[in-house]
Amino acid sequence: MSDFLSANLPKFTSVLTVIAAFFFILALIFAIAGRANGKKARPIALVIFLAPALLLLLAGLVIPGVRTILFSFMNPDSNEFIGWGNYQWMLEDPNVKTIMFNTILWVLVVPLFTAALGLLLAVMLDRIKHESIPKSLLFMPMAISFVGASIIFKFVYEYNEPGDVQIGLLSAVVEFFGFTPSDWMLSKPLNTFLLMIIYVWTQMGFGMVILSAAIKGVPSDIVEASALDGAHGWRLFSNVTFPMVKGTFIVVLATGVVGALKVFDIVRTMTGGNFSTNVLANEMYSQTFVQFDQGKGSALAVILFLLVTPILIYNIRSLRRERAH
Amino acid sequence: MAKKLAEHTPGRKIFSSKIATVIVWVTTIIWTVPTLGLFVTSFKEDKKILGEAWWVSLLNPDFTLANYKNVFFGDGTESLSSGVLPYFINSIVITLPATIFPIVIATMAAYALAWIRFRGSDFLFFFIFALQIVPLQMSLVPLLLLFTGGAHIGSVQIFPALGIAGDFAGIWLPHTMFALPLAIYLLHNFIAGLPRELMEAAYVDGANHFTVFRRIVLPLSIPGIASIAIFQFLWVWNDLLVALTFASGTEEVAPINSKLASLVGQYGSGYTQLSAGAFITIAVPLIVFFSLQRYFVRGLLAGSVK
Repeated sequence: MSDFLSANLPKFTSVLTVIAAFFFILALIFAIAGRANGKKARPIALVIFLAPALLLLLAGLVIPGVRTILFSFMNPDSNEFIGWGNYQWMLEDPNVKTIMFNTILWVLVVPLFTAALGLLLAVMLDRIKHESIPKSLLFMPMAISFVGASIIFKFVYEYNEPGDVQIGLLSAVVEFFGFTPSDWMLSKPLNTFLLMIIYVWTQMGFGMVILSAAIKGVPSDIVEASALDGAHGWRLFSNVTFPMVKGTFIVVLATGVVGALKVFDIVRTMTGGNFSTNVLANEMYSQTFVQFDQGKGSALAVILFLLVTPILIYNIRSLRRERAH
Repeated sequence: MAKKLAEHTPGRKIFSSKIATVIVWVTTIIWTVPTLGLFVTSFKEDKKILGEAWWVSLLNPDFTLANYKNVFFGDGTESLSSGVLPYFINSIVITLPATIFPIVIATMAAYALAWIRFRGSDFLFFFIFALQIVPLQMSLVPLLLLFTGGAHIGSVQIFPALGIAGDFAGIWLPHTMFALPLAIYLLHNFIAGLPRELMEAAYVDGANHFTVFRRIVLPLSIPGIASIAIFQFLWVWNDLLVALTFASGTEEVAPINSKLASLVGQYGSGYTQLSAGAFITIAVPLIVFFSLQRYFVRGLLAGSVK
């Protein structure tokens, strides 16, 4: 116990010291800068409020981003330019073909599934009493890390030889219906879809909650008027409700696309990218930190960046539109 | 009131509410069972985990707390000699500053962008917003090089090596940097919406920006700050990529989530370690989520719909 204290107590004291120092320095700067008045007061305030954020953004995102683009044209140790070599490797390497194929699969399947399921449940939740309990249980996986979620599903996908007791829920259900379970994580291409289920499981609640808020925002009188005109069921949904929440639905889709492009933790934890389940973000990590090839890793990061850029432009546009109103 | 109206509106009935109730509850059960399975498994005796499915164990309960004791304090096996407790503490030590620093810095920046207007402040705001979608992966290597080797132009050192790679500061800093675009964007929306009359009255009374920030902006922004703080707390607690890159994976600095990820890879580590370890890791986010759900949802909503 005393061993434990001597190893960990310093961590706590140092973290508290750092936080206290942070606020003390801030208070000191505020107190000194607050004394400035006249013409200088405004520029001084501006610098103090903005400079920390801008410097951190510059050092943490802008400059590294540019350097990564440069690295993508360089050799593994980033000390010699090699032209388009790393990009050429991507076009030619058969492993990268699988990776790209899987990443596209993730982008096509996961956002649509997540958003559609979220929409379905949001519509259903609008129709039931006591919606708060199912709503928070459906949303709960959002709080769990992808690593935690992967371990939860590792137990669901657990497989034993036929004849042994199946302790994985999926294997047991499959056996219950009279089929033979297989070693799920080794079965291509099913394994990629099983990994996608983990992602959908964690992220569906996000779309559901956001769409649920949007549906509640549809004015009752519009719904009522359409109902009087004879619109019911599916027609009411497709002609009235959905058009009014379409904007939100697209936001959920776009968020899903970015998430699917960046998926890393799940693949790394479940299969390590083996058995044809590898994706872009995991390969970027492996190339950089396992193969120690900063050139290829950076080129993969750049591709990732280029793929999310259209969504970025779309989001900025809709923000501008929103601001104009 | 609005809810009552809705209930009386027949037009809201897209499907009859009975079908809706069945669909919602069946989905809820399917959604909850995997977590329940992990929870039950984590209390099973080591030798029973492989021989008996957890739903069978529920019928003849014979549970033990031994797994938690072993995983927390160590069970003498190679993969978990000293338990996950040091990593759990590391997670707390990482998460607190990595939540507080970016939020304070972002609140200041958001205030400046919203209330100290200057030429180009709109452009700057959009630029910061745009940075949000630059993937983390674009920053990892150069940032790590900056920490270990400093910055050079040609062979001239313009910035010294920080020497914080593999140190707590080396994890706080990247988390702070990466959190800023989203935090500034969300807080700007919140702070820009504060009543103009209130702010102007304070300026007219001779209050400077520092006073207005402390006395008016901070207290009124608490709900917004709380939502984003919870969001950031969970993000950092649940992060794997930053931890793998900037913490060396050792007992001294690595957070529990990355320890858990490394346990999965080791085939020697048993299912008891995995299940109890996973539940210890997700317990903190779950407690935060269930006790502060309102703020958490609000933080998420703020991010996407207005």
